[in-house]
Amino acid sequence: MTTVSMRDALNQAMREEMRRDERVVLIGEDVSGGLGGTGEDDAMGGVFGVSQGLVSEFGRERVIDTPITESAIMGMAAGAAMTGLRPIAELMFIDFMGVCFDQIFNQAAKFRYMFGGKAATPLVVRTTIGAGFRTAAQHSQSLYALFAHIPGLKVVIPSNPYDAKGLLIDAIRDDDPVIFCEHKVLYDTMGDVPEESYRIPMGEANIVRSGTDVTIVALARMVGFALEAAELLAAKGVESTIIDPRTISPLDMETIIESVEETGRLVVVDEGYPRCGLASDIAGEVAEHAFGVLKAPIKRVTPPHTPVPFSPTLEDAYIPDACRIVDAVQATLKQER
Amino acid sequence: MGTPLNHDELITAYGQMRTIRAFEESVNEEFLDGNIPGFVHLYAGQEAIAVGVCAHLSDEDKIGSTHRGHGHCIAKGCDVRAMMLEIFGKKDGLCGGKGGSMHIADLDRGMLGANAIVGGAPPLAIGAALAAKNLGTGGIGVAFIGDGASNQGTTFEALNMAVALKLPAIFVFENNGYGEGTGHDFAVGSGDIGALAGAFGMPVTCVDGTDFFAVCEAMADAVDRARSGDGPGAIEAKATRFYGHYVGDPERYRSSIEVSELREHHDCLKIFRSRVLESGLLTENELDDQDREAVAEVDAAVLAAKAASDPTSSDLITDVYAGY
Repeated sequence: MTTVSMRDALNQAMREEMRRDERVVLIGEDVSGGLGGTGEDDAMGGVFGVSQGLVSEFGRERVIDTPITESAIMGMAAGAAMTGLRPIAELMFIDFMGVCFDQIFNQAAKFRYMFGGKAATPLVVRTTIGAGFRTAAQHSQSLYALFAHIPGLKVVIPSNPYDAKGLLIDAIRDDDPVIFCEHKVLYDTMGDVPEESYRIPMGEANIVRSGTDVTIVALARMVGFALEAAELLAAKGVESTIIDPRTISPLDMETIIESVEETGRLVVVDEGYPRCGLASDIAGEVAEHAFGVLKAPIKRVTPPHTPVPFSPTLEDAYIPDACRIVDAVQATLKQER
Repeated sequence: MGTPLNHDELITAYGQMRTIRAFEESVNEEFLDGNIPGFVHLYAGQEAIAVGVCAHLSDEDKIGSTHRGHGHCIAKGCDVRAMMLEIFGKKDGLCGGKGGSMHIADLDRGMLGANAIVGGAPPLAIGAALAAKNLGTGGIGVAFIGDGASNQGTTFEALNMAVALKLPAIFVFENNGYGEGTGHDFAVGSGDIGALAGAFGMPVTCVDGTDFFAVCEAMADAVDRARSGDGPGAIEAKATRFYGHYVGDPERYRSSIEVSELREHHDCLKIFRSRVLESGLLTENELDDQDREAVAEVDAAVLAAKAASDPTSSDLITDVYAGY
C-alpha cells in the first residue's frame, strides 16, 4: 500500500492494464502530446497529466495522440473496440460530449442490442467532470446522468484514489462501453492504494460511514462534503450513513434501500443538474420501492437549474457544500411524519 | 477489355449484383404488400459499387455501411436468407430481429452494420482500420458514404484522422444523386466530393459507379496502397438510385423520365452483361444461370421469412449488456 494521488492511481491502472493486455490502447487529444511541435515529446500526458509517461513505455502505436476531433476519437475507438482492441478514449471534458455524442449513444451503446447480442464493445471513455476550477459553463459540468439514461452504457464516478484504480481496471476488462467520470478537483486527493492490480466490480456501492438517523447518498467530490456534514451533524447527536454508489449504471439501489429501511430518511447529494438527474432518479426509486419506511420527504441537494458560472463568488454559491447538506438533513429530521 | 478477375470471379461478381437486384425488388414488393415493418431503403442501381469494392475484401476486412445497406451486406458475404428474416423482424434473422433493415450487421463477415445515422460509419471504419493495424491482421477498414453523408462533420473528421494516423482505410463515396429528396447538385456546396476527400491529403479516384470494372480497378489501387501501409484513399463512384429514398417515397423531387432513362441506359447489370459478352469473357447461358439462381435464392428467402417465428417477449430485455 502506498499513498498516491487519484491522478497517479489512474495512471497505475492504465499502465498495469496496458502491460497485461496489448489490446489496450489510449486514444485522445494530447494523451501524450508534443507531436508536430518544436518542443518535448510527451509534453502533456493528458491536460491533467493523468497519462504522463505512458508513451515512453508503450510507444505511439498504443498511446495515440489525435487531432482535436472528438467525433472521430469516439467513433474510431468504438469501431476499434468492436473489431478487437480494448481502447481507452479520452474525452477531455465531459462538456465536449456535445460534439461527439452520436458516436457514443447511437453507435457504441447500441451495437450489442441492434446486432442481436453478437457484438462486444470493450470501450472505456475517460472524461472529466465537475465545477470548482473556475472554468465556467463549458468545462465544468457533471453530465453523467445523460449517459446513465442510455441503455447499453455503464457509468463510473469514483470519489477517491483506491476506488479510481480498482474501478478503472474493472472498466477496462469489461466488455461493455463504460463512461468513466473523473472529478477534476479530486485529481490531487491522496489515498492509500495497493501497488498490485485489483478490481472493484461496477454496481457495488461503498458504505463510507454508518449511522442510524439519516442516509446520505453522494458521489465524487460530494462524498467529501457529505463526510464534513456528517461530522457537523454528529456533534449535534445526529448519526449519518453515507453511501457512495461509485457507479450509477449499474446502480446499487439495494444497498441504498436497505439503508433507508434502517434510517427512514434520505438525502441525495448530486453535482449534476436538478431536473431529470441522478438525485431525482434515486429519489424516485426509493419513493417507489421504500415509501412505507420513509419518515420524512426525501431531500435532494443539487446546484440550481443554471449553467455553471465563472465568477468565483457565483461558482462557490453554485456547488453544493457541507452546510447545504446539513440543512437538508435537519429539514428531514424536522419534517418527521 | 482487360480485367484482373478470372472466370469464376466474374461469375461471382455478376451473381452478387444480380442477387442484390433481386433482393431489392422483392423487398420493395413485400414492403408494399405490408409484410415488412418500418423503413427500407433500396440499393438497386448501385450494385456495381458494392460488388466492385467488396470483390477485394476478405472477412478480415471490415466495412461500415449506410441506411441503404442491403447491397453492402450481400457483397460482403452475408447470408441472404438470414438478411431477409432480419428485415421481416424474425427471431432467426441476422440480428435476432432487433436491428432490422437499417441496422443489419454480420461481424463474422466483417460487416459492421448498416447505419441509420447519416455519417455514422466513417469514424467506425477508421476504428476498424486502427484495430487491423495494431493487431497486425493485414485487414483494412472501408466506409461506404453517400453523397448526403459527404456533407457530415463525422465524415470530415474521419478523413482527417485517417490521414493523420496513416490508417489502412478506404472511403467509398457513393454519389447516388440525392440525399433524401435534395439533389447532390445543390447539397454538395463545391459540387465535387472527390476533390473534398482529396483536400484531406489522400489519393482519390472518381469513377462511373455503373461500371463494375471501373469500380473494381479503382478499388484495387486503393487496397494495394492501404495494405502496403501507405495510408488511406478514396473513391467517388456515381450511380443514381433506381428507387426513392425509401419504399413508398412518392419521388416528387425528380422527373418521371429520370428513372426510366436510368433503367434503360445506366443499369449496371445490363452494362456488365454487354461488356463481358462483347469481350467473350462469359456466355449468355452463364449469365442467365446467375439470373435464375439469384431470383430462386431470394424467393426462397422470402418464403422462409414469411414462415419464420417472431422473437418472443423474453427477447426484449436480452443483449443490452455483456454483463450488468
